Amino acid sequence: MSEGLLDETQVIPPAELEEVDLYHAHSFWTKYVFSQDAKIIAIQYSGTAITIGLVGLVLSWLMRLQLGFPDTFSFIDADTYYQHVTMHGMIMVIYLLTALFLGGFGNYLIPLMVGARDMVFPYMNMLSYWVYLLAVLILTASFFVPGGPTGAGWTLYPPQAILEGTPGVEWGIILMLVSLVVFIIGFTMGGLNYVVTVLQSRSRGMTLMRMPLTVWGIFTATILALLAFPALFVAGVMMLLDRLIGTSFFMPEIIQGGELLSTTNGSPLLFQHLFWFFGHPEVYIVALPAFGVVSDIISVHARKNIFGYRMMVWAIVAIGGLSFVVWAHHMYVSGMNPYFGFFFATTTLIIAVPTALKMYNWVLTLWKGNIQLTIPMLFCVAFILTFLNGGITGLFLGNVAVDIPLSDTLFVVAHFHMVMGIAPVLVIFAAVYHWFPKMSGRMLNEGWGQFHFWITFIGSYLIYFPMHYLGFVGVPRRYFEIGETSFIPPSATTLNEFITIVVLIVGVAQIVFIINIIASIWTGKPAGDNPWNATTLEWQTATTPPGHGNFGDELPVTYRWAYAYSVPGVEDDFVPQNLAPGDVKRSDGGQ
Amino acid sequence: MGLFHEISKKPWLSDDGDDGDIDTINNPAAFFLPSGKVGLRVFLVVVTVVFTLVTIAYVDRMTFVNWRSVPEPWVLWLNTALLIGASLAFQWARASAGRGTLNAMRDGLHIGGVLTVGFLAGQLFVWRQLVDLGYYADANTANAFFYLVTALHGAHMLGGLVAWWRCVSKMWQDSPVGDLRLRVELCTTYWHYLLLIWLVLFGLLLIS
Repeated sequence: MSEGLLDETQVIPPAELEEVDLYHAHSFWTKYVFSQDAKIIAIQYSGTAITIGLVGLVLSWLMRLQLGFPDTFSFIDADTYYQHVTMHGMIMVIYLLTALFLGGFGNYLIPLMVGARDMVFPYMNMLSYWVYLLAVLILTASFFVPGGPTGAGWTLYPPQAILEGTPGVEWGIILMLVSLVVFIIGFTMGGLNYVVTVLQSRSRGMTLMRMPLTVWGIFTATILALLAFPALFVAGVMMLLDRLIGTSFFMPEIIQGGELLSTTNGSPLLFQHLFWFFGHPEVYIVALPAFGVVSDIISVHARKNIFGYRMMVWAIVAIGGLSFVVWAHHMYVSGMNPYFGFFFATTTLIIAVPTALKMYNWVLTLWKGNIQLTIPMLFCVAFILTFLNGGITGLFLGNVAVDIPLSDTLFVVAHFHMVMGIAPVLVIFAAVYHWFPKMSGRMLNEGWGQFHFWITFIGSYLIYFPMHYLGFVGVPRRYFEIGETSFIPPSATTLNEFITIVVLIVGVAQIVFIINIIASIWTGKPAGDNPWNATTLEWQTATTPPGHGNFGDELPVTYRWAYAYSVPGVEDDFVPQNLAPGDVKRSDGGQ
Repeated sequence: MGLFHEISKKPWLSDDGDDGDIDTINNPAAFFLPSGKVGLRVFLVVVTVVFTLVTIAYVDRMTFVNWRSVPEPWVLWLNTALLIGASLAFQWARASAGRGTLNAMRDGLHIGGVLTVGFLAGQLFVWRQLVDLGYYADANTANAFFYLVTALHGAHMLGGLVAWWRCVSKMWQDSPVGDLRLRVELCTTYWHYLLLIWLVLFGLLLIS
């Protein structure tokens, strides 16, 4: 019997499950605005996330202008610089990456990939988006209030975050905290949908171990988020109370300007623990969906089954579990019992094992594959390289003795951006180029895609490789300007200028990507239902783009796993998950 | 079927017992439960994490030298009794729904809701009492924690009351019994769980 194929004598019995009652919209408003269709909600999530992400991108340009050319731009002073840093960080991590991977890709792909008509709680799913939009609006409002947005740094460490003298202490910090709390409420509504849909709403035959790794990644990341976001929620509420009614959850006794403040005996370290108990899993909340997406895309575009599927699933779950016991490696410089430092350094190194396993499996999937260097594939290969780079510098920083001298330098900024900035963004691009034909029925322009890829890929390395060097030299992070510092060579200034210029070029290249998306919706080459010859269910829908209810009159039955590519003895080099065994064309002429 | 058994399958082999597992193929749902029940359980896990973190923070702060405990007004005992009563009333409603005695179910739901409103009013009364006695939130971390945990618990109870109101509205609209039964069961589970959380929090307040 061929691997991955049912024996043709085996027959799937008729459905014993009742069809799900679908909500049907009756007006433009309920169909496209207050929609309960996960695909529309996905597009809403993605549009909002990308829009606020562009704001984050512009903020990064402003930061780089200051770092590359200090004392040049009158509209950037120390306060606005720190506000840019803070808002850039929070926007990118929470409001772009988390929202796009889970709210955007999660909503679009989960029901389609598991063969469901929609999410299990569509009304709550709709609410989830609108609450997310509210959170984004609250955050955005902080740009327009007296004092501007908070400049406390994206980690919002107390006591400085809510003390006089920090930019945005009047309103900005309040709006930031309220926005985060609202975001978490909205995410919980969506997250419950993603988890329960995967658990309960798979189509017949779609066992857990036949799910594409994209679904495994999003599913596990959602569980992580449901368990980790409460820590940020609790920390946010407590800091709000500290700021608004003068409690001292996180505020120690402070003398400011010679005057003893009314705060008493709070614990700033408690905030750090809560923040990083959320913050480290957050890395994997973004990374796990990216891992899943990369696995699926390279399998499709290398025409080869994913290597070590079971190990990949276990690795996703293991990474998810381990991500909850490494948080304090972000706090080595805060001081801790050496045994704790030893513990967290050890767990940090251990988490590299399942991550490395995934890396090997991606490479082995490519090995001797029929590799098609399409744009999605290019971005995935770039991701593998970039995540490897970022991961290895993470191993350096996981060790206490190395972390302490490097912690406050640009080395950490470079590491963090490679592993959590560039790497997942490369996957987002890969995913958009891969699934855009299903979402729109049109292909994205290949030439513009090549231009976008090479500028982004090479540009990222031109930005972050020199930044590692700057960190090693000792250039500190978080500084508005370095000034005359004896241990920093003049070449560091030149390098900073170079980085800034590349940042602007890479930033402009993203405009090409946006134009490509908008133009291709109308002028792109027609894609057909399955332009990549992929096996997974989203490519087997009755119409492209998929209509309401996803699969026409009948839900698909899944006969095999998602990676039946280049199966020996089969005529086509892919066998869709829902193709009945009797319909598989054998290369010997039989069926 | 156990999760470990499920995730140890080899989906690339068709003779691994995977493809031939007709029951799983027919109904791949992980739990033989309505989605609403699975959703509620997942949500209760999230709620548990929230309260666990607050409890850990509370216990951590208790060890600080200037921790001055909040007195426990007797009204808190009354409030606890009200919440226990609400939980029992919901249990009665659930049992009545199971037996098909809809009048009793109606009574149980109404009593449960009213007692819960009483509980929340009682909690507000306790706040008022403490403020009158000078136990302001900004005076001591113990006070702040008291207001925080009671507010968080109260907010969850308010959320429960929204679900309860939707359930009662459906009941008045003569919705199908099956739908009502599920809603009552979900409310009951939620109330029992929030009672349990309150008992833990109240115990923590007492021992501190």
